[in-house]
Amino acid sequence: MKQEIFVIKSQEKIAKDVFKMVLSGNTDDITASGQFVNIKLDGFYLRRPISVCDYDKNELTLIYKTVGEGTAAMSGYENGTELDILTGLGNGYDTSLSGEKPLLLGGGVGVPPLYNLCKKLVAEGKKPTVILGFNGADDVFYENEFKALGADVYVTTVDGSYGIKGFVTDAMSDIDYSFFYTCGPEPMLKAIYKVSKTSGQLSFEERMGCGFGACMGCSCKTKYANKRICKDGPVLIKEEIIW
Amino acid sequence: MVDTSVSLSGLVLDNPIIPASGTFGYGYEYAELYDINCLGSFSFKGTTREARFGNPTPRIAECPAGMINSVGLQNPGVEKVISEELPKLKECFSKKVIANVGGFSLDEYAETCQILDSQEQVGLLEVNISCPNVHNGGMSFGTDPKMAAEVTKRVKAVTTKPVYIKLSPNVTDIVEIAKACEDAGADGISMINTLLGMRIDLKTKKPIIANKMGGFSGSAILPVALRMVYQVYDAVKIPIIGMGGISTAKDVIEMMLAGATAVQIGAANLVNPFVCKEIIEKLPEEMAKYNLNSLSEIIGGAH
Ligand SMILES: Cc1cc2nc3c(=O)[nH]c(=O)nc-3n(C[C@H](O)[C@H](O)[C@H](O)COP(=O)(O)OP(=O)(O)OC[C@H]3O[C@@H](n4cnc5c(N)ncnc54)[C@H](O)[C@@H]3O)c2cc1C
Ligand SMILES: Cc1cc2nc3c(=O)[nH]c(=O)nc-3n(C[C@H](O)[C@H](O)[C@H](O)COP(=O)(O)O)c2cc1C
Ligand code: FES
Repeated sequence: MKQEIFVIKSQEKIAKDVFKMVLSGNTDDITASGQFVNIKLDGFYLRRPISVCDYDKNELTLIYKTVGEGTAAMSGYENGTELDILTGLGNGYDTSLSGEKPLLLGGGVGVPPLYNLCKKLVAEGKKPTVILGFNGADDVFYENEFKALGADVYVTTVDGSYGIKGFVTDAMSDIDYSFFYTCGPEPMLKAIYKVSKTSGQLSFEERMGCGFGACMGCSCKTKYANKRICKDGPVLIKEEIIW
Repeated sequence: MVDTSVSLSGLVLDNPIIPASGTFGYGYEYAELYDINCLGSFSFKGTTREARFGNPTPRIAECPAGMINSVGLQNPGVEKVISEELPKLKECFSKKVIANVGGFSLDEYAETCQILDSQEQVGLLEVNISCPNVHNGGMSFGTDPKMAAEVTKRVKAVTTKPVYIKLSPNVTDIVEIAKACEDAGADGISMINTLLGMRIDLKTKKPIIANKMGGFSGSAILPVALRMVYQVYDAVKIPIIGMGGISTAKDVIEMMLAGATAVQIGAANLVNPFVCKEIIEKLPEEMAKYNLNSLSEIIGGAH
């Protein structure tokens, strides 16, 4: 973990209520896909946790949805705005578990952390398949970006207005996969947990006080130990989850 | 050179800055960020006799200028704290620590305090009496002067280190409770714990916190804490560790003028993990601004 000042380079709306923010700053402490950052916003007491969508040496990409006052304020920030950010938080995904044909399943704003993961898996010579689930056509983002990485990409929408009608689990059955990685709303994670035929890693959300393991605000029980979503997670392995 | 040292019942601190229990874990998360030996001391996570998972999540809700927590004293239990946490802490913190103790019965308080009293790393015991009493219909030890005195007596009888009783602000008359603790032999008072609060989610129309209510702390509670420390200082002779909403060197001076000998910083650490270090660095400059040479001379200066 490091505290760094990042500068907003660009910001654009990429779907309904969804923004992509690119920042420049020191990303040295980000060591794995699926880690997150915790952002101090002017006028708000607690920081806002957002997953790392992509990063390189001095650039960080975040994708977030405006769901409340903090994210709404973020979407109005001008380029050049400085943000105080804690980086390199959480454990992230482990690409060594993937096997040859990993399956990546993202739901809504659970999609972003899978982007850097997909990039890493492709770089390691794996053949990832990606299923992106959204509510409707207005919500869809990053389909082409995942395709550009060389992955097989399927999109599902709940209302059928784009791609396959239904949930990500409806698109899973015909796919042959060696391991799965997922991030999204809890009902989606639970459905995947139930129908998946292999082991996998699931990324969780919880309301956080600190985001770096100090307050016990985000604890959950697993089969082996009590874990803090922010420090021992947000990624948990299927076998340890109690459902 | 200004003098920032203070003394808590014989425990001399280089400066009065102490991270508050529950916001600094057992120290090592912060030791990754800076050398925590700059702290005056630090109060570790509320420890109970047995391990506790605590309350269901969500446990955290944001407020204007503060936050609500309902962690529910999650901790590995006193034995594991001694066998696992304290040795790890020793590697990054060479000063004496404050052992914060929670409990749900008189026996539990006495036993946990006795065990921690024997630890060389522990400089003083801070007994959190905001917990509900399981043998007495769940009423908090901290809301009844007789119960508060009883906890103090039981702990004093089995310990040798200074015992500070940590008071809850959720009472009609905090002065009465502080006096009862002093009369029962407390060496000092720690105050204040969190204020009982609530937030409701307009989307679900239900409380955000799973336990519905939780403890409110952070900048917003500073005036309440200052007022209570001021009142208690007038009524007792024992030292007070003041806390509640402190986030700047100026707040520290204000709290000491109200009557605190040392201060604790809680929620502010969670949003700015460097806040204690920054305050310690800023204190001399802030003291100079107000022509203060020695911090210990200003304790209770507002009276
Ligand atoms: C590890 C992690 C990674 C995340 N990654 C992303 C991401 O990549 N993109 C994205 O759009 N969102 C992500 N979220 C959710 C995001 O943190 C919340 O949407 C955001 O904090 C809402 O802030 P707000 O001020 O707009 O909402 P408000 O409801 O006004 O916020 C009030 C408080 O509740 C907290 N809060 C509200 N919703 C959530 C939530 N779902 N999870 C955690 N805290 C919440 C806020 O942080 C704040 O403290 C992530 C959450 C976690 C825990
Ligand atoms: C997340 C969190 C956990 C806490 N846990 C404890 C605890 O275990 N024992 C205790 O005595 N006080 C606990 N407290 C209370 C603080 O030590 C402190 O008394 C209170 O938060 C007021 O200070 P502040 O406004 O600086 O946060 C906790 C506070 C927070 C925010
Ligand atoms: S949010 Fe503080 S421990 Fe996870």
